Amino acid sequence: MTLVNRYIGAPVERIEDLRFLRGRGEYVGDIQRPGMLHAAILRSPVAHGRIRALDTKPALSIRGVHAVVTAADIGAVPRIPLRLQTSPATEPFRQPVIAADRVRYVGEPIAMVLADSAALAEDGVDAITLDIEELPVVADRHFSGRHEILLFDDAGSNLAMKFTGLKGDADAAFREAEYVRGERFASQRHTALPMEPRGLLAEWDAAAGRMTVMGAAKVPFFNRRTVAAMLDLPESAVDLIENDVGGGFGARGEFYPEDFLVPFCARHTGRPVRWLEDRREHLIAMNHARQMDCEVEIACKRDGTIVGLRGDVFVDLGAYIRTNGLTAPRNVAQFFSGPYRIPNIRISSHALVTNKTPTGTYRAPGRYEGSFFCERLVELAAKDLGIDPVEMRRKNLIADAEMPYALARVEPGDLYAHSECDSGDYAHALDRCLAEFGWEAKRQLNGKLIDGRYHGVTLACFIEGGGAGPKELARLVLERDGSVTVSVGSAAVGQGLETVMAQIAADSLGLTIDKVRVLHGSTTLLEDGYGAFHSRSTVLGGSAVHEAATILLDKIRTAASTRLRCDPAEMELVDGRAVTKSGRSVDFAELAGDGLSADYAFANDHRHTYAYGTAAAHVAIDPGTGRVELLDYLVVEDVGRIINPLTLHGQVIGATVQGLGGAFMEDLVYDQNGQLLAGTLADYLIPSATDFPKLRAISLEHRPSSTNPLGVKGAGEGGIIPVGGLMANAVANALSSLGAEPNELPLSPPRVWRLANPAPE
Amino acid sequence: MKPPPFEYRAPATLDEAVGLLAADPDAKAIAGGQSLMPILNFRLAAPTMLVDLRRVPGLGDIADGADGVRLGAKVRWRDIEDDARLQRAHPLLRAAVAHVAHYQIRNRGTVGGSLAHADPAAELPGIAVTCDGEITVVGPAGRRVIRAAEFFVGPLTTVLRPDEIITELRLPPWPVPRRWGFEEFSRRQGDFALAGVALFYDLDGQGRACGAHVGVIGACSRPHRLASVEAALNGCAVDETTIAAAACAAAAAVDPPEDLHAPAEYRRALVGTLVERALRAATQRRSA
Amino acid sequence: MPVAFTVNGKPVAVEVEPRTSLADCLRDKLRLTGTHLGCEHGVCGACTVIVDGVAVRSCLMLAVQAEESEVVTVEGLSQEDGLTPLQTAFRKHHALQCGFCTPGMLTTAHALLSEEPDADEARIRSVLSGNLCRCTGYIPIVEAVLEAREAYRKGGKP
Repeated sequence: MTLVNRYIGAPVERIEDLRFLRGRGEYVGDIQRPGMLHAAILRSPVAHGRIRALDTKPALSIRGVHAVVTAADIGAVPRIPLRLQTSPATEPFRQPVIAADRVRYVGEPIAMVLADSAALAEDGVDAITLDIEELPVVADRHFSGRHEILLFDDAGSNLAMKFTGLKGDADAAFREAEYVRGERFASQRHTALPMEPRGLLAEWDAAAGRMTVMGAAKVPFFNRRTVAAMLDLPESAVDLIENDVGGGFGARGEFYPEDFLVPFCARHTGRPVRWLEDRREHLIAMNHARQMDCEVEIACKRDGTIVGLRGDVFVDLGAYIRTNGLTAPRNVAQFFSGPYRIPNIRISSHALVTNKTPTGTYRAPGRYEGSFFCERLVELAAKDLGIDPVEMRRKNLIADAEMPYALARVEPGDLYAHSECDSGDYAHALDRCLAEFGWEAKRQLNGKLIDGRYHGVTLACFIEGGGAGPKELARLVLERDGSVTVSVGSAAVGQGLETVMAQIAADSLGLTIDKVRVLHGSTTLLEDGYGAFHSRSTVLGGSAVHEAATILLDKIRTAASTRLRCDPAEMELVDGRAVTKSGRSVDFAELAGDGLSADYAFANDHRHTYAYGTAAAHVAIDPGTGRVELLDYLVVEDVGRIINPLTLHGQVIGATVQGLGGAFMEDLVYDQNGQLLAGTLADYLIPSATDFPKLRAISLEHRPSSTNPLGVKGAGEGGIIPVGGLMANAVANALSSLGAEPNELPLSPPRVWRLANPAPE
Repeated sequence: MKPPPFEYRAPATLDEAVGLLAADPDAKAIAGGQSLMPILNFRLAAPTMLVDLRRVPGLGDIADGADGVRLGAKVRWRDIEDDARLQRAHPLLRAAVAHVAHYQIRNRGTVGGSLAHADPAAELPGIAVTCDGEITVVGPAGRRVIRAAEFFVGPLTTVLRPDEIITELRLPPWPVPRRWGFEEFSRRQGDFALAGVALFYDLDGQGRACGAHVGVIGACSRPHRLASVEAALNGCAVDETTIAAAACAAAAAVDPPEDLHAPAEYRRALVGTLVERALRAATQRRSA
Repeated sequence: MPVAFTVNGKPVAVEVEPRTSLADCLRDKLRLTGTHLGCEHGVCGACTVIVDGVAVRSCLMLAVQAEESEVVTVEGLSQEDGLTPLQTAFRKHHALQCGFCTPGMLTTAHALLSEEPDADEARIRSVLSGNLCRCTGYIPIVEAVLEAREAYRKGGKP
């Protein structure tokens, strides 16, 4: 059955919009249950300490406060398992769902107060008296790396894990190299910051022994498995329901302490419990990301051919390894080289614990940071060697003919230790970008001072890995009205999942899109699912839907041919009807009584997809203030196959703006006592509507992926990847006459001002 | 982030409002609430009672007369924007207010609230001080007029007593030929200023600056005038040499705080740059 | 204490604590959950509603301060059948992804265009700078509001 392609490739308007535009979305904070209690959390006010005393009685004496739950009520306090990069070595670093004795970051949960209203619950939190003996604070990775103050006595060190990306023989390459340049770079701590903070609503049905938790996202099946085990319940007794979700970006949906505490309190009190994270809490409780610094070197021939890459990346992990806390450290080691052909690589990444909020993944984890480091190095090498920056990239880009191309392997190994770029014509995207950007004209302005501002023009090349396996599940059921219900194990985080899956299903089934209904995320729909991360939903979920549709059509064909007593091969399935050559027909709806459904688990053998592209930018810098204005920005990315150009464009632009926030303004600044200084949205700055008006994105379908029947490549994260390096190089180029080397993000006004006004020696 | 509990009253007269504040030292007045509500939501303050001024009459007028511009304490930023007279009657005020916060906040935030809150980076306190404004307050003992220069004593701290309510800000009359400039730098539009400069001067018969007033916000613990910068301007033609000297004096005159947004040396340099740009704009501009 | 006002044209009377914000009153008491809470300190704009004709941050207003006021929420900007011109423009331009900031964007845009149907791009961006979005990067939102101006110019309140 070939795809009709009525919907695939079309800018279909989103189904989910109808309820969002009317204010009828249903986010977890919108749901109430009779008898519901509201939860608020007492969190550690100190970064490192031992709890000496905790008195909850003053809270319990407030009318309307019903219970206060602490570690004592839980007994054996479970610790949160890792979802990715698991290994016995990570054991000592796992986070207990509540602090019993030791606290290791400001914000660590110590008690949960249950009350008649959120305001009363907060009153209860304020009333609890807490005595913590403060311990010396491990405030940064440098101090952590001296291993003098250990966060975990069992571990014997503060090094949570070391990963190494390896290819060829880096030491040999460096020994023989004609040119070597070493440098240090740093990416700052920042965070996903979805507009909806987290929330959970748990209900315990004691009679049935069932726990239902609303507010799930991203990986509901893993979380169900985890919380069921922690509560000593069979998995089948627990349901996690995905409601509407106000953004995820990798951070929402992982298993956090509250994912245990809220259901536990529901069972403990016998009443539904709802916890809604407030923004102040969110900034210290939700996964942080991106804080890495590195000392790295690049080795080249005199003609600019890169022969080697070597160095160390240090990751400020925060106080515990979260479910996916090791993903970014692992990724930066493997994907540092980006789209470039580098035959000899040794990048070691050291994840060190500190007394700060733990970290996890945020859109393109480790890839954004690696691209920043790599693009800066490539640009510096080009400058030193006197090679045009475009030519430097062109000659080192992996060629079409080299595909599939093996990236560095990672040790310790995991399912993706060996990853290959599946397909791609990187030079094509480069050329397209330069042409559309107007490179030849704009580069004339590079480094010039015009009307009091310095102009910088630069480019960056990148790859975007997507389609993480192992598999995804879809079930299609033919309903009595001739429509098809599609259940898929992927999760919706705002990316337009419902619509994209509907497009694929409609085209795969030859139905109009109004005849397709998509359900997703909740554990009630399927036996298993793998969620939304690593840009996998369209690749795996979409492929599963497509394959299941093929099976369903076969079943329909068989049922129709039996009903019409004819040869199945003579049957045509068109627009919801099965038609014989002679014109007799039966509607799908009439066959629904036969109970026709199809399941498919699409697995991709752990083969990633690699979208790729080039981005270019033009900036103007005001040396008096350090403000950088982005005058033009263009990203061209080949995603293999475009299902919905409207939603795809939205992903690219949205990701780009997040990247710009990280490049210029977002910074989770801590002081030496482990206190977060950027604790409100007035201090943690994300882009607003006036900051970056001039952005352009072009998506290509030049080289489909060979890893799935749709030919799609994951494309939800690519927009963010090149931004850090691109902006740093743009600033470097603009201020080249002043010898500026912007090696630290964010490029805040004071930093850029200092680069533009170097202090006299 | 829900506030701690408090009582609430919305008195019908100013006297009633003062009476409520006088009766309870932990009662606080609220008008637009745009500065106070975040403080309460963060539980940084726990007043026992909020005395809402929304029903109190007579505090919402803008008057332009012989003694200058009078802004009632309940005048909102939006009202200042909408009042066409101010284009001519006080262009510096208008220019400064254009930078205040965001659309929704401007629909509720008030003159009185801004003065009472006294954020060191806020625009209106800077205008009040730079322009020799006078703030009228009413308390149990009656009314008193306080010079703006003496009103602000530190970050979020004024001489306003707990039982007093601001009723009006008066800015002296603005002569039409006056030269002025307002320059502010913030990270994003509507954010608090990392630094801001409000200035004006008149010209004597020989085209030299006189009566210069130069005020700074954001790079200091309270808005204040920079005497050394004014001295560098008075008696001089405002040419490139004078501008450079004034900018230099400005950078040297401020003692900025260090915070997560900027080190002191940056704010210091920024003040110099903003003075320079404000002066340049002033030379090219004429009021109204 | 009691408070009475109108919401989307209908009179309401509720009992609230003085400390209850207008946002929480709308969401929890009146079950109009379209107004969202993204920060509760007056920065993100997701809670924007229209009070007596002007856009305000409902997280910075106490419910009791709305006494005798006319409040319009995102629900009040919808119609029985189909989508309004503003909603249509948002959908067409893909001006929403997760939908969480969207109610605040709609109420703010509606308030702005009701008063200034000829607002240009710079003015629209400037006004929307008080509404944070993490998904879209703002470009499609601005495009949608520009397109919606036409309907507001014709005179009626769409």
